[in-house]
Amino acid sequence: MAITEKPSAGPAIPTRRVITTEPRLSDKVFRGIVTAGGLSSLIILGLIAIFLAYQGYEILVKEGTSFFTSSTWEVITDDVGEVQSYDFGLAAMLVGTVLCALIAVIVAVPVAVASALFMTFYAQGKIKAFLIAVVDLMAAFPSILFGFWGFFILMPKVEYWSLLINKYLGWIPLFSVDAKIFTRSPFLAGLVLAVMIIPITTAVAREVFDQTPLDRIQAAYALGATKWAMIRAVALPYGRGGVVGGAMLGLGRAMGETVAVYTVLNIVYQINWHVLFGAGGNVASLILLKFGEAKPLEIKGLMAAGLALFLLTLLVNLLADFIVARTGKKGR
Amino acid sequence: MSETKVSRSVPKPSKPWQPSAAERAQSLSVGVLAALASVGLVALTPMKGVLPTVIFFGIFAVLIGFVKGTFTRGSTTGKNNAIGILLGLGTCVALIPIASILQTTVSRGYKGIHTGLFTEDMSMNTAIDPITEGGLLHALLGSLIMVSIALVIAMPLGILTAIYLTEIKGRFSRPVRFLVQAMSGVPSIVAGLFIMSAIIYPITKSFNGLMGALALSILMIPTIARTAEEVLLLIPNDLREAGVALGGTQWRTVAMVVVPAARSGLITAMILGIARVIGETAPILLVSGGGDAINVNPVEGPMGSLPFYIWKSFFFGTEEATTRGWAGLLVLLVFVLILFTLARTLSRRKVRR
Amino acid sequence: MSFSDSVSASMKSGRDFQNRQEKLEKDATMNESDQAKSPKPSSLASVAKSHISRGNSARRLGTGLEAKGIHAWFGSNHVLADISLDFASGSVTALIGPSGCGKSTFIRTLNRMHEFIPTAAMAGEVLLDGKDIYAPGTDVTKIRLKVGMVFQKPNPFPSMTIGENVLSGLRLAQLKVENKDDLVEECLARAGLWSEVKDRLGEYGGALSGGQQQRLCIARSLAVSPHVLLMDEPCSALDPGSTLKIEDTIAELSETMTIIIVTHNMQQAARVSDYTAFFLSDGGPGEMVEYGKTTEIFSNPRDKRTENYVTGRFG
Repeated sequence: MAITEKPSAGPAIPTRRVITTEPRLSDKVFRGIVTAGGLSSLIILGLIAIFLAYQGYEILVKEGTSFFTSSTWEVITDDVGEVQSYDFGLAAMLVGTVLCALIAVIVAVPVAVASALFMTFYAQGKIKAFLIAVVDLMAAFPSILFGFWGFFILMPKVEYWSLLINKYLGWIPLFSVDAKIFTRSPFLAGLVLAVMIIPITTAVAREVFDQTPLDRIQAAYALGATKWAMIRAVALPYGRGGVVGGAMLGLGRAMGETVAVYTVLNIVYQINWHVLFGAGGNVASLILLKFGEAKPLEIKGLMAAGLALFLLTLLVNLLADFIVARTGKKGR
Repeated sequence: MSETKVSRSVPKPSKPWQPSAAERAQSLSVGVLAALASVGLVALTPMKGVLPTVIFFGIFAVLIGFVKGTFTRGSTTGKNNAIGILLGLGTCVALIPIASILQTTVSRGYKGIHTGLFTEDMSMNTAIDPITEGGLLHALLGSLIMVSIALVIAMPLGILTAIYLTEIKGRFSRPVRFLVQAMSGVPSIVAGLFIMSAIIYPITKSFNGLMGALALSILMIPTIARTAEEVLLLIPNDLREAGVALGGTQWRTVAMVVVPAARSGLITAMILGIARVIGETAPILLVSGGGDAINVNPVEGPMGSLPFYIWKSFFFGTEEATTRGWAGLLVLLVFVLILFTLARTLSRRKVRR
Repeated sequence: MSFSDSVSASMKSGRDFQNRQEKLEKDATMNESDQAKSPKPSSLASVAKSHISRGNSARRLGTGLEAKGIHAWFGSNHVLADISLDFASGSVTALIGPSGCGKSTFIRTLNRMHEFIPTAAMAGEVLLDGKDIYAPGTDVTKIRLKVGMVFQKPNPFPSMTIGENVLSGLRLAQLKVENKDDLVEECLARAGLWSEVKDRLGEYGGALSGGQQQRLCIARSLAVSPHVLLMDEPCSALDPGSTLKIEDTIAELSETMTIIIVTHNMQQAARVSDYTAFFLSDGGPGEMVEYGKTTEIFSNPRDKRTENYVTGRFG
């Protein structure tokens, strides 16, 4: 019951023991199964890349860089259906995809940040709960609903707005048009996509603002800040990473959206920067459009297009992850 | 002690920091003033329509709020008021589309609702027939079957992923978390293309419900995995330690303590997964075949589904077909609403516990 | 808990008559010793004085636990240096000291909960019934069955009823027991909770008050009949009334098992323990400054730092 005598020659620190925890067989099996399940996302994403590349490989090799620089997408067949020549170029579609998605983000982010700030710092009690519920509900709406709503309800209005914008701001190259055709323009597609990504961007931003440390908020108020001064000094710097991440997430969604864009965008095989003009491109919509009557050769081309879209969205997501991780560390 | 309490008069609780009636009236007057000004401006100038009125209402509200604040308490308050009004208006902008979507779907869709809708299929009719003929039973059954199969595949994988991230915390946790995030961003049409390239072309060469379900499960896994991870993270670490300290192996602790404690949250994850894919259209269009007759065999023959039915209806373009499409959208919307309400009720119960 | 309750509880829990006899005798000696010795200036010392270590009981489990030269690290941070303590079977040992001195880390090395923190490392030996629990090839699960643990915050399993909670250890470790109802009653009685919950065994554990939940957690650890019970600040989240009940429970339990309790509360250490170890960290790794009989530590500490701590000059 006595204390063991300490060695007199200073505190001699022994080497650390190697702890061997031999898990039971059941735990080993459990860990194996869970790890296998946990890696399913890696496996599935890998398989997607591999199979799309395998199917689209032939076209990618034959077309080379012109797959990304040319805008023609055609297969010429003779009378009996033999393929005479073909040309697969994705440039117009890629430009269109990015253009529509950028319009969506530019429109959606201010609205999303405003509503996220309003929900976090202004709305209270039942109104706050109601707003959160409505925005979350909207995030669960299927894209087909947005598509047809955009087609039937939004399109006539946007046509009129486009006319006005073109009339008064037409001197800006972006808003000029060669012919006054405003139906199914990239602008309309961008607006529909904006409506679709507002909920997710709002949700991400709101979650980050919600985590603003209360002590910092109170410190700002204690220094006599108004609500807006507090938001600018505390909440916005803290939530910056979340806002950017939410925006990137929205960008990724907007790029990959298919049916909603398909219903409201006029697919034209020519690069078009004039956002109000009724001609645009979209990789996902191209796949849906061409798929029905595609012959095996064209399907290979579509697989290559799918691979390009997949890698593009993966890249955007990677970027979003990177930005959130970096600004997240710095801002907090 | 209780005796002294009785004799003491308790003051009435008050909240002096809340806006008084006069202040409320003042805030309201800002709105009324802005509304009057915008309506007046639009009436006096050649502009017409709702849009300019709304835009000018916003501008006037912000301006009047700024001026009022500046005059009563200085420019800092003025700016604060203006920004507050601006943020409120931004929220309204976010809410207008959802109100419009709900209103449109209900007002256009209810015309297509009739008793036969849930008892008949479209094998004997086309979308341009009168509304009262045919129904979407085949689509409902098809959606139900495909979503169920997708759930059977995605639920274990999603939950295992979540358990890997929260319980095993293995070496690959960070990449797996990123990959799940990346997977939730995979365009739905790519999921369809993948099933075609990996299964339909090389192996089965047929379009059926199982293929649709496989594509849907790819989209479902990340939703389930992320929600389940959040739920499992909420389970206090104490419980895991208590389980292990009682002599449980990790496997038994997770199975008997952690997962049961997270049960309602995991059901929420499942419901959100269903809501995520029930209206998914693009992959269904590519791989499920999409029949008009009832087909309950997922491995043979084309299978209809709600999104396919809606899609097909709208492309006939006639009034009957469009009404059918809206009716289909209404049914889909009701499903989403039910699932969403269920998920929220469940997750609220989890918080209360 | 009234006296008759505790008697009936101990009868139900299968104690023999001799045990009660012993208890009565002990009460007698307690009164005697109180009067005999002159009170020390420190009130804590007088509390400790009133507590007398027990005689040997026949039904003790195991031969005790011994820690030899325990060191602990988190990453490169050396948090605990060279702790050697021998916990005799049937004794209550309190570990006291200011926050961050490594008490909790130490107690967690005793049932191998330490290794759950990914960066953790340790050195030294922990002998349970003479065998090193860190020896290669040891079944960790069996160790934790013999060394039970009660945590700071009451943590009954939310998905289980009160009865299921008590039996959860058996289910987790896949042990068979013949008469479950008897075991539930015995464990709850020993934890001093039976009379309060006997009519509501089917309710969920979360429905109980904090103090009741903590006693349910004690009952839960008892069901697998551990030789040693580790308690990591079991009363820090509880009100004084519940604390008192838990202390009663500890006194009951110490007749049959070895108890090691970490506490922030010096009065509590003085009330419940036979031996006390004082831990301290001066910025470096936590060390054990002094160890001895509780009466000695509180009335006549050898080390100046111990004296300063127990008299409230710091900490």
